[in-house]
Amino acid sequence: MTAAALDLARTRTRTRGRVRRVSVAGALTVAVLVVVALSLVVGAAVVSLPDVLSTLAGQGSRNTNYVVLELRLPRALAGVLVGIAFGLSGAVLQTLLHNPLASPDVIGISTGASAAAVLGIIGIGLSGPAVSGLALGGALLTALLMYAIAWRNGVSGYRLILVGIGLNSLLLSVISYFMTSARVTTAQDALLWISGSLSGRNWDQIVPLLVSLVVLVPVTLVLGRVLGMLGLGDDTARGLGVTVGRVRLGLVVAAVGLAGVATAATGPIAFIALLAGPIGRGPAKDGGPALVPSALVGALIVLVADVVAQHTPFLPNLPVGVLTGAIGAPYLLWQLARTNSGGQGG
Amino acid sequence: MTPEGDMTTVHARAATDSSDGHPRTRHTLLAEGLRLSYDRKEVVHGIDLQLPPGKVTMIIGPNGCGKSTTLRGLARLLDPSGGRVLLDGRDIGTLPNREVARVLGILPQHPVAPDGITVTDLVGRGRYPHQGWFRKWNAEDDEAVARALTVTNTAELAGRPVGSLSGGQRQRVWIAMALAQRTDLLLLDEPTTFLDLANQVELQDLLTDLNRRSGTTIAIVLHDLNLACRYADHLVCMKAGDIVAEGPPREVVTAETVSTVFGMRCDVLVDPVSGTPLIVPIGRHHTRDSESTS
Repeated sequence: MTAAALDLARTRTRTRGRVRRVSVAGALTVAVLVVVALSLVVGAAVVSLPDVLSTLAGQGSRNTNYVVLELRLPRALAGVLVGIAFGLSGAVLQTLLHNPLASPDVIGISTGASAAAVLGIIGIGLSGPAVSGLALGGALLTALLMYAIAWRNGVSGYRLILVGIGLNSLLLSVISYFMTSARVTTAQDALLWISGSLSGRNWDQIVPLLVSLVVLVPVTLVLGRVLGMLGLGDDTARGLGVTVGRVRLGLVVAAVGLAGVATAATGPIAFIALLAGPIGRGPAKDGGPALVPSALVGALIVLVADVVAQHTPFLPNLPVGVLTGAIGAPYLLWQLARTNSGGQGG
Repeated sequence: MTPEGDMTTVHARAATDSSDGHPRTRHTLLAEGLRLSYDRKEVVHGIDLQLPPGKVTMIIGPNGCGKSTTLRGLARLLDPSGGRVLLDGRDIGTLPNREVARVLGILPQHPVAPDGITVTDLVGRGRYPHQGWFRKWNAEDDEAVARALTVTNTAELAGRPVGSLSGGQRQRVWIAMALAQRTDLLLLDEPTTFLDLANQVELQDLLTDLNRRSGTTIAIVLHDLNLACRYADHLVCMKAGDIVAEGPPREVVTAETVSTVFGMRCDVLVDPVSGTPLIVPIGRHHTRDSESTS
C-alpha cells in the first residue's frame, strides 16, 4: 500500500491550499493598502506620499493635517470598514442560503436600515448618532420580519430570499413616500440613506463602526469555520455534529448586524455585498465560503469606486453608491438570468 | 506491510478511539415506540427496533413506507413526535450533537457537495466531529482520510473536484467521508441509487468489508430486495409506517411476506450464488404460464 505517498500527496494539496489562501489574502491586503494610500494622496490638492506619511506620523503641517487626517483618512477608513462589513455579510448570507442572490442589499436588510433612517430624519426630525442607531434597528427588525414571514417549521433559503425581495420593494416604497413628503433640505440629508456615500464621513461614524466590527468580525469568522459544513446540506451537517439551527441563527444575526452597522455609517452602498462574495470565492475554489477574501474584496471595491467617483469628470460629488449601483446592476441581471436558466429560480 | 497487519492497526486505533479508553465496547442504537411525523402527518407509527450490534441491518419496504424516515429518526435528523431513540441507553435527543457524531455516522439520501470542493476536502469534512473549535488538523485526521480514500478506492481521485466525477465515483467519495468519521455505527439511506449493477455490488462488498474488519454496526435503507437479502444479516420489512417482519433474510423472506409487504406476487428461490432468498417478481405479463404460478 502506498499510504506514505498518499499522505505526502495529501499534505501537499493541503499545504498548497493554505499557501494559496494566505497569498490571496496577502495580495488583497496589499491592494487595499495601495488604494488607501492613493486616496490619501490624490484629491483637490495632491499631497505627496512622503508628506502623507509624515502627517500620519504626527509631523504634518496644519494644512496637511486637515486634508489628510480630517478629510481623507476618515473617508478611506470608512470605505475599508464598510467594505469589510458588506463583503462579509454578503458572503455569509450567500453561502448560508445557497444562493448568489442572497445578499443583504437584495433581500432588504440594507433597505430596512435606510427606511428606518429616513423615517427618523423626515418623520421624527432626528439627526446624528440617533439616526445610525435607528438604521441598525431597522436592519435587525427587517431580518426578524423576514424570518417570521418565511417560517414554516424551519426556514428554507429560497423562501427567505423571495420574502426578502418582497420586503425590499415594500421598504423602498416607504422611503419614496417619506421623500415626497419632505422639505428639500431634509430630503438632501435623507438622500445619503438611499444612495450611500463616503462623503463627509468623520470619526463620529467611524468609531462606533470600528467598535461594532471588532466584535462582529471575529464572531463571524469563528462561526464561518462551521459555515463551510453547512454547505453539505442540513442533514449531512447535522450528521457530522453541527448544531445546524443554532449556528445558522448566529450567522444570520452576525451578517445582519454587519450590514446594519455598515449601512448606519455610510448608507447602503449598493451591491458591495452582492459582488464581494463571488469575486472573493473565485481564486480559492475549494468549496469554502472564503470569508476573508470576500471581506477584503468588499473593502477594495468600495475604495476603488470612491476614488473613481470623486474624480469622474463632469459629475462632481458623485456618491460612491451610485457608481457601485451602476456596476452592480448588470451583474444582478446576469445572475438573475443565469439562476433562472439553471432552474433555481431567483 | 501486509493487509492483515494494516487491519490490526485500524482495529487498535478504533479501540483507543472509544470514549472510555477500554477495549472496544459496542455502541447500541435502538428505537422505543418511535413515532415520526412530517408537518403533523404521522409517517412512522410507534416502532420498536434494535440494530443488532456488529451486524448489517437492511430496511426494506415499498415507496412511502417510512423506511427513510425511520433512518432519519434513528440518526436524530428528525425529532420524534413520540417515543425515543436510545444511543447506548441514553436518549439521543439529549446528547450533544458532536458527541453523537463521533459514534454514529449518517449518509443521507441526497448529500450536497459544495461547488468546486475537491475529493480530499470533502472526505476531510468527515473529521469535523473529532475537531474542537480550536483544535487543528492533526496526523490522526490525515491518517483517517488517507485510509478512507484507500479503502473506497478513491485515492487516485483525491485532487479532483467532486462535481467532475461519475455517479459511482461520487458515491464512493461520500462513503469515504462517512468512513473518515470513524464511527462505530453507520447509517446509509439508499446508497446504491443511481448506480449500475456492478457498482451496487462493489459498494455492498465495501460495506461488508467494513463491517467484518472493524465490527461496524451498519444499517442501510435499500430498494433492491435481492441485494438486501444477500448482504443483510438482519432484515427489517416495513409497510405503511410499521415493522411487519424482521430477522435473518432466510427466515423472514417468504412469498407471503413479500406479497404482504409489497402487494406483489412472487416466487422465492434460493440464490444459486449465496444461498440466500432470491425474489422473482410475478407481474401480469411475461409469465411462462400465467395460470400455474403460485
